[in-house]
Amino acid sequence: MESEDHIDNTLNHLFRQESGKMVAVLIKIFGTENIEMAEDVVQDALVSALETWKYRGIPDNPKAWLYRTARNKAIDILRRNKHSKTIDFSDPERKLLTSEYTLVSTVDNLWKEQYIQDDFLAMMYASCHPDISPENQITFILKSLCGFSTKEVARSFLTSEDTISKRLYRTKEYFRKHKIYPKIPLQEEIIDKTKTVLSTIYLIFNEGYNATHGDKLVRKDVISQAMWLCKSLLDNERTQLSEVYALMALMLFHTARIDSRISSCGDLILLSDQDRGLWSKELIGKGNDYLNQSAFGESLSTYHLEAAIAYQHCISVSYEKTNWKEILSYYDLLLKKDNDPIVFLNRCLVVLELFGAEEALNTIKKLEDHKIVGAYYLYYAILGEIYERLIDPNRAVGYYQKAIKLTQSKPEQRLLKRKIARVLN
Amino acid sequence: MKQFMFLFKGGDDVWDAKSEEEQNAHMEKWMQWIGQMAEEEKYVGGERLYPAVKTIHPGGTKVTDRSFAEAKELVGGYITVFANTLDEATEMAKGCPGLQWESSVEVREVWPEDV
Repeated sequence: MESEDHIDNTLNHLFRQESGKMVAVLIKIFGTENIEMAEDVVQDALVSALETWKYRGIPDNPKAWLYRTARNKAIDILRRNKHSKTIDFSDPERKLLTSEYTLVSTVDNLWKEQYIQDDFLAMMYASCHPDISPENQITFILKSLCGFSTKEVARSFLTSEDTISKRLYRTKEYFRKHKIYPKIPLQEEIIDKTKTVLSTIYLIFNEGYNATHGDKLVRKDVISQAMWLCKSLLDNERTQLSEVYALMALMLFHTARIDSRISSCGDLILLSDQDRGLWSKELIGKGNDYLNQSAFGESLSTYHLEAAIAYQHCISVSYEKTNWKEILSYYDLLLKKDNDPIVFLNRCLVVLELFGAEEALNTIKKLEDHKIVGAYYLYYAILGEIYERLIDPNRAVGYYQKAIKLTQSKPEQRLLKRKIARVLN
Repeated sequence: MKQFMFLFKGGDDVWDAKSEEEQNAHMEKWMQWIGQMAEEEKYVGGERLYPAVKTIHPGGTKVTDRSFAEAKELVGGYITVFANTLDEATEMAKGCPGLQWESSVEVREVWPEDV
């Protein structure tokens, strides 16, 4: 008998890798109105694998075994539902699934290896439709295309399983009502549609990256899934766009620093205080490769610029030696693309390092009457920082306190409190 | 367009004598044939039948099993297609892969549903 741990590990890895692809193929077979049916087949196949392999050992080609099992279960379901209205057999593509003369061959043709990657990407594009809210998109993608359990998704979002179930229900309802046919967009719309997919992938990434709560494993899992999704776009000729490479580079640069940005007790560590020895040279190198590969075409996306900024931080030997000038030029380009106040705020920090507190104060004052910024903790946190440098402890502490009130994040609050303590010492 | 039924008869012995690989390859040919008709929107549907038979004779009391002599006449399945004429349907039926495995195909027009 195989050790159960060994089986669990093999199966976990395999499940993450293959479940989304199998779900995508099965949705093509059953229709988007039957997503749950597709998920159940994959779940069943997995349970069968676990039960069988426990006694007979893991087969030589576990992936093929899993595919075969899911395919057989799918055929059973098609036979059982032949006369029910659950599956829409009137669809010309499904007509051949109703007769024994053609059922098995049709399923095998739909399940061909060379189509699976396309089916998977098609489901990604379908899941990122702007009519589905961003939180529902990322919940659905993690659950259905990345093989997370409801519990795992709930844990990574710090929310209840009930909330996750509701989000999943709404997303499936959307697919059911609109009878979506997942497909990879045509050449002329690929750039626009890919933008929405990339922003969803980046949201998933940030969900893992910015989370400061306990479960490190879940966080890393979410991050690696985001990168895996991005990689799957890069593996397909039709979706190898320059901004996809840029996002991949950006995520790798962030991930390279992940072990140094949170202390063992869950506190945020400032960039200036991070132990650069902990940064992964391997991931920075990989990120650099992708960044180089992203340099084609006419579009210089925000991902290109953000990656370029992250790269500058990654290669600097110390905080003091950072090439702020270069970084400022990227921020200027970012602002030219999109006059985003948050980008403007971050640019103020660069101005602070490059030209000093007076200049930073002049810059940030331009945002004084901005409605959104006025309620954003970062605005006050930066003001605090500026006044701290101007050696005006009263104002510095006042702004830090205001920032504390405006953020929900406990680690951010603790960081700001440490800054207040620093001023008062 | 009229509907026609192709009744596939006989050939069970040949089927039984073949290996699983040969059977799968053969079914792939059926797939090609029917798939092509489906693509041309001429395919309606069909069923495949198991060889076990009970016959109830006129009057309704006498029931017999399949007799050996009827093997060639045993209906193994049917599909329904759209065609304009019996001749056109017959031409279509000539593509049936079962013909290479000692089946015959009987082509019949389906009574229209709404006269």
